[in-house]
This record gives sequence, C-alpha cells and structure tokens, in this order.
Amino acid sequence: MADIVEPVAVALDNATVAFRVAGDRVYTAVERASLSVAHGEFVAIVGPTGCGKSTLLNVAAGLLKPAAGAVRIFDQPLNGLNRDAGYLFQADALFPWKTAIDNVAIGLEIKGAPRAMALERAQGWLTSVGLGAFGTRYPHMLSGGQRKRVGLAQVLIRDPKILLMDEPFGPLDAQTRQIMGNLLLELWTADRKAVLFVTHDLEEAIALADRVVIMSAGPGARIIGDWKVALPRPRDISEVRMEKQFHELHREIWSVLKDEVMKGYAQSSQAAEAS
Amino acid sequence: MSRLTLLFWQLMVAVVALSLWQFFATVPVFGRMLLPPFFFSTPVDVASQIYKWFATGVIWKHLMITLWESVLAFVIGSVGGVLVGFWFARQPRVAAVFDPYVKMMNALPRVVLAPIFALWLGLGIWSKVALGVTLVFFIVFFNVYQGVKEVSTTVLDNGRMLGMSERQLTRHVYWPSALSWMFSSLHTAVGFAVVGAVVGEYLGSAAGLGYLIQQAEGVFDVGAVFAGMFVLSAFVILIDFGVTLVERRLLVWRPAPVARD
Repeated sequence: MADIVEPVAVALDNATVAFRVAGDRVYTAVERASLSVAHGEFVAIVGPTGCGKSTLLNVAAGLLKPAAGAVRIFDQPLNGLNRDAGYLFQADALFPWKTAIDNVAIGLEIKGAPRAMALERAQGWLTSVGLGAFGTRYPHMLSGGQRKRVGLAQVLIRDPKILLMDEPFGPLDAQTRQIMGNLLLELWTADRKAVLFVTHDLEEAIALADRVVIMSAGPGARIIGDWKVALPRPRDISEVRMEKQFHELHREIWSVLKDEVMKGYAQSSQAAEAS
Repeated sequence: MSRLTLLFWQLMVAVVALSLWQFFATVPVFGRMLLPPFFFSTPVDVASQIYKWFATGVIWKHLMITLWESVLAFVIGSVGGVLVGFWFARQPRVAAVFDPYVKMMNALPRVVLAPIFALWLGLGIWSKVALGVTLVFFIVFFNVYQGVKEVSTTVLDNGRMLGMSERQLTRHVYWPSALSWMFSSLHTAVGFAVVGAVVGEYLGSAAGLGYLIQQAEGVFDVGAVFAGMFVLSAFVILIDFGVTLVERRLLVWRPAPVARD
C-alpha cells in the first residue's frame, strides 16, 4: 500500500488544562495530554468519571484554552472556537423554543442560507435520523433518544470536518444507545469525518471506534493507553460484542482501566467524606 | 369529581354565602341585625345596582377608562422592563452601577407615588398609567433579567459551536429566553397593571372603576361599593382569561410555564 500521509484533523500536543478554584488554589484537570485524530478516524476516549475527558473535548472545540501545550486543527494552531468542528453535547443543547426542523435548519440559516433551502435540507436530515415526521414537534415533546437524533442532525447539517461527541448517548437506555450507535456508524460511514467520542462505557468505545484512548483518574489526568481496534467494518454494535476479538481487546484494556476506575472511585468518595 | 359535580359545589358555595348574607342583613336575630344593611348592604341591592349600571350604560365608560389605563400601563411597563432587563443582563457593569437604585425604587411602596404622579400628570388617565407602569416594570424587569442570566450554558455553547455570532446569539438564544420569562410573568404583570389603574383612580380621578367605588364610599352607598368590587373582580377574571389564551399560543414550546413574582 502506498504511503499516503493523512492530514491530522485534531492534534493535542502536551495540553495541560487547569482551573482556578477558590482563590489561589489551582486544580489541574488534564496534564500533558497528547493525542491525534487522523482525518476520517474514529477515536474514543474512555476514562473514569470526572477524569477530564469532557475537558479535553472542550479544548479540541476551542471552548477551553489549555494552560500549556498546543492544539492544532488540520495543522493550523487553534485560535478561538474550532470552526471545523461540530459538537454533540451530553446535556440537552437544543433550542427549546424552536421546533425540531427549525433546530436543524438554524445551522444553515445563520450561515445565510435562504430559509426555504435550509428547511428543505433540514427535512432531509431529519429523515436520515429517522424523524422525518417529527419536524413540527418542540424538543420537550420528543423523547431523550429523539432529542439526541435531532441534535445529531443539527450538527451534521453543517457538514463539519470534525465531530466532537461528549457522552452523547449517556442519558439513554441500553437499547436506545445501541440503536443510536448503529445510526451514528451508518452516518459516519457515508462520509468519514474525524470523530472524537468521549464515553465512560468501554464496550461502546470498542464497538464504535478505530482507536480507544484511556485516560487516568483525575486530578492531573493523563493519557495512559492507546489501542487500535482492528474489528472489521461495517459493524453492528450488538453483534460485534459477540466476537472473540472484541472480548480479548476488552479484557486487555479493562485490566488497565480497572485500576483507574477504582482510583477515581476512591478519590470521589474521599472528597465526599472530606466535604 | 366530575365537571358537573364540581360546578354544582362551586355554585353551592356562592348560593350559601349569598343566602346567609341576605338572611342576616334582613332578618333580625335575637332582636338585633347581625349585618346592618347600612354597613353591609344586601345581595339584592348590590345586584340591582349592578343591573342599573349596565342597563343605563353608565358602567361602560368607567370600564373602558380602567381597561385603557391598564392596557397602557401594561404595554409601557412591559416594553420598558424587557428592554432595561435585557440591557442590564447583557452589560453586567451597568447592572452593578444601577443595582442599589433599582433595589431602592423597588422597595418603595408604589402607592405613595400616586400623589406625585397626580401632581405631575394631572387627574387624567396618565397619572394612573404612570402608577401602573412603576408596578409592571419591575416585575417584567426582574423576570427578563433573570431569564437572560440563566440561559443554559450548554445551549449557549451549542449556539457558538453552530457558528453563531454574538448578534445571532442575541437573536436566537438570549431574546427568546428573555421573552419566555416575560410571558411567564404575564399574569402577575397584568394584575398589577389593573391594581395601578384602580388605586390611581381611587386616589383622585374623574372616571374609572376606582372612581366609581370611591364616589359610592363618599356618600356611604355601601351597595354601590360592593357592586363596584364585583364588577372589578369579573373584569380582572376576563382579562386574565385573555392572557391565558395569549400565553397558550405563545408558549407552546414550554412544557409547564412557571411564574415568578
């Protein structure tokens, strides 16, 4: 195979993120994290609760500035917000006063697209996330899974080159998560965007991603492992979990992750006792 | 309880209360009138007074004046409250500078302003409108201020990541949020607009429901005072019903509106 150098979509180079808490104390959330996501690559970040996975994602989005280190997007240093990225938030981020179709169309409208055209494209995206008939509903009339679908359409209609996802399926039930996972893979296969997907669920990470990155427990979380997932594509989330290769990889990664999860758990219970 | 049973019991409450009133105001108990008609009038007298007002058409002029004053107070107070609330919320420094004065003005019982307004604006409708505005303004102001301040950071970040400029954020995020909070204070604001109008009329005017009640009181016509109160209650209930209709239309996107005052 010819060596084609794929452009690196997201590159974090020794990024350190610190917050000022209560006066002069400084809390270091992430310490010297280096990570790169190639164009078209699906990378999942897994770590114990509160380890700073979302922080890392916010750095890649440009919502947070690292205290030290560099962020490069397609080989350009990132200044301000990452305009190449679409961000799917963990919490509800839809505009509650807009209908589903208006929520999706807004991404084009603010770029100056004519409303009729924006609505037509939005309808197309709603249909591809399976909500073609729900355009006139307001977010509160939709279920949690449906809101995530609208959120996905809202992000994808702008055709971002990079997709940042912060435990997007976290609040959903197990069945809906699998359906959403398959939907995501299906949409991603159509035009491979670079994806940075944060989750606390190792199984979900292996089933979806090309690479799984493990973070240590915070504070001062580091990246402590990086595994390639060689499972063939296209994958079906529920079927891929039955495969032997999946189990071996899961066991291997879990042996590392387990210690961090216990550490993170001990720290959070200590913190709870101290307060 | 079915709707009909409920309606029946609701009507029963009125019937019993009115009957007792009529009874104790006309039939002496142990040689003494428990509700002397001079002080308490009787339901029949009150009803006939209301009937006379509507039959002669005298009441319409007063109702229209009070309605007009309330509407003006509501519109001016709301527009002012929305604009200033929005401005303060988006400019924390301005808000910080004016904060003690806003608190001071809001702490003042507004009734004491009525004589000043009468002095400045005369006995016509504008002194009543001004009183209503001072009441409505602060309710709307605080709600809008809070609404803009409490826009979910996730929704804001989402807007930014979707590529919204500050102006587009204002239009698509801050503004709808501010308006929704304004509408959730609509009932309270409308109520206060009427209070401002009526209290203003009561303290000095030549027309309006407040004037009618005040006049009746001046000649010890208790029946007309009660009649005025009943008409006023019905008037406010009607306006409130209208507000509910408007609200239902404008806040379809909200699961359950929560009012603050």
